[in-house]
Amino acid sequence: MATLSRDDVAHVAYLARLGLTDEELSRLEGQLNHILEQYAILARLDTEAIPPTAQTIELENILREDVVEPSFTAEEALANAPQREGDFILVPAIIGDD
Amino acid sequence: MADLLRRGEVTSRTLTEAHLAPAERQNHALHAWLTIDRERALDEADAADARLAAARAEGVDAAKRLHPLLGIPVALKDLVSIAGGQATAGSRILDGYRSPYDAHITERLRDVGAVVLGKTNMDEFAMGSSTEHSAYGPTSNPWALDRVPGGSSGGSSAAVAAFHVPLGIGTDTGGSIRQPAALCGVVGMKPTYGRVSRYGIVAFASSLDQIGPFARDARDAAALLHVVAGRDDRDSTSAPVPVPDELLALSASNDQAAAWLRGRRLGLPKEYFVAGMEPGVEERVREGVAALEGAGARVEEVSLPHTEYGLATYYIVAPAEASANLARYDGIRYGPRLGDGTVLENYLATRGRGFGAEVKRRIMLGTYALSAGYYDAYYLKAQKVRTLIKQDFDSLWAQGFDALVAPTSPTVAFPFGARMADPVSMYLSDACTLPVNMAGLPGISVPCGLAEGLPVGLQFIGAAWSELELLRLSRAYEAITADAEWRTLEPTDLPRADDPSTPTPTERARAASAGVSQALTSPQAGVLRS
Repeated sequence: MATLSRDDVAHVAYLARLGLTDEELSRLEGQLNHILEQYAILARLDTEAIPPTAQTIELENILREDVVEPSFTAEEALANAPQREGDFILVPAIIGDD
Repeated sequence: MADLLRRGEVTSRTLTEAHLAPAERQNHALHAWLTIDRERALDEADAADARLAAARAEGVDAAKRLHPLLGIPVALKDLVSIAGGQATAGSRILDGYRSPYDAHITERLRDVGAVVLGKTNMDEFAMGSSTEHSAYGPTSNPWALDRVPGGSSGGSSAAVAAFHVPLGIGTDTGGSIRQPAALCGVVGMKPTYGRVSRYGIVAFASSLDQIGPFARDARDAAALLHVVAGRDDRDSTSAPVPVPDELLALSASNDQAAAWLRGRRLGLPKEYFVAGMEPGVEERVREGVAALEGAGARVEEVSLPHTEYGLATYYIVAPAEASANLARYDGIRYGPRLGDGTVLENYLATRGRGFGAEVKRRIMLGTYALSAGYYDAYYLKAQKVRTLIKQDFDSLWAQGFDALVAPTSPTVAFPFGARMADPVSMYLSDACTLPVNMAGLPGISVPCGLAEGLPVGLQFIGAAWSELELLRLSRAYEAITADAEWRTLEPTDLPRADDPSTPTPTERARAASAGVSQALTSPQAGVLRS
C-alpha cells in the first residue's frame, strides 16, 4: 500500500483543516506510515465478491412524519456561539478576501 | 440499596451523601470525575425521597412498582448531555460548551428518579484505551494508582470500582466499556448496536458507538440497561426491539442463577488468545471457562477466522467516521474560536490547537482513508472485511451456540505512559473487544479474579439482542464463583486514594514519562503511604 510523504501529510492536514506545527507533521509522518503498514494485512483477503457492511442491524428507511415539532428558541440555539451580534453568529468574511 | 430505600430504612439523601463523600475526597488521587455536582445530586435525591414517601403512603404495591433505580446514584461519562451542564468529551474544543438539552438516556434516568452525581473523565472523544488522552489529565486505577483504569470510559469504571457510585454510564466503540471494566474489576456491558438511543451523546464513530452500563454485579447492570434501552424517535438507528422486563428479575438465588448454565453451549474462540496475552490473564480466563464447564455448560473451542483482520479494519472504519463526525468542531457555533484571521485560518487554529494528539492522528487517518483515490483501497475494503468478520459470528449462532466466552483484555492494567509513545501498542489493547463492535453484537465483561494483584475480565459475547441471556450467563458465573476469595477483595490502593498528600494522576503520569515512576511506587516512598 501507499506510503505518505511529508507533503502528503501536510496536504491531508489541510483537507482536515488541522493547523499542525512542523514537529507535529514530522511525528505524524512516522506514526501514520507505521499505522498504514498494519493495514497491509487486508490485501491478503480477496473481497472482490463480498458486499460491504455499513451498518449491522439492517434497519431501513426510518422516517418520521413531516410535521413541524417544537425546537430551540433563537436564544437557546445561539447560547454557545463564541461571537454573536443580536440573533446572528458573527464569522469572518467569506467572500472578498480570497 | 433499592430495597432499603423502598422500605424507608435509608433515604436517597443519606445514600447520595455517603457516595458524594468518597467521590469528593478521592478525586484528588483518582480523578475519576471531571465534575461532581453536589447541589443538583442532593436536589434529585430529595425529589426521589418525596416519590418514595408518596408511594409508601399509598401502600406496599405502589412501592413495589417503583423502578429499582429510584434514588440510586449514577455516574455519567462526560459526553452525555445534561441540559445546562458541561459535556467536554474530554476535549478542550468543547471547553465552556453547555448542553442545550438532555440526552435521551438522561431523560430516562430522570424519569425513573436516579441521582446523577456528576460527569466522569474519558479519553478525548472516546479515542483511547487508557483515559490518558483526556485533555483534563488522566485517571488512576483504584487497584494501583500508578496504572491506567483503561478507556475510554475510565472515569466511570474507576468511580464504580472505588464505590463512588454503584452504577455508571459509558460508551463503547471498540471496547471502551468492556476493557476499562476488566481493568478496574467491575461489570461493563456493550449492548447490541441500536439498543440504546444515542440522542444527546457526543458522536465518535456512528456505525460502532453504543451506550452501556457499568456496575459491580450483573443484576445492577441489567437494571441500568433496562432504564436506558429502547426505541427513541430522535435516533433513527435505535431499533424498535422490545426491552425485556426480565432484566429486572435476574435471580438473586445463587442456585437458581447457576442452574441456567446446565446444557448451555458456549464457544471459546481460539483466536482471542492473542500473541502478547499475559500468562496470568490467560490462566484466570481458562479457570473461568473450567468453572462454567464444571457447572454444566458445554464449552467447545471454535474459530473466528477473520479475527486477525479486526484491528486494521477497525482502524480504518472508526477514524473515517470520526473524521466526518468531528468536522463539526469548527469554532463557529460553539466551543472556543481561535485565530483572528480568515475563515480558513480560524479553522486551522481552532482545530489544530483544540484537539489533542490522538484525535488529530485519527482525523488524519480517516481523512486520508476517505480521500480521493484511496477510498476503495481503504474504506470500501474495510467495509467488505467487516462483512467477513460479521459472518464469522453469524455462522456460530447458526450452529446453535448460546454465547462465546473469551478474554476481555490481553493484559491487566498497564502503567501510565507504557503505551503512549507507540499508538499501535495502544490500539492492540482492544484486539479482543473491537470485533464485537464491527459485528454490532452485545458483549459484557465480568471480573474473574486477579493476576499480579490486578483485575482480569472475562468476556461473554452474544447474538444481536441477546443482552438478557448474556446477563443471565454473567449472573450464573457470579453464582458459581460467589465463594471465591478474590470476590471479597477491595481495590488495593483505595486507602492511598484517601491520603490528601498522594500525587494526582497527572503528577504520576508525568513522573512515569520522566522515568521516575519507580521512586513513586517503591515501598520506601513512605510519604505516600500515610
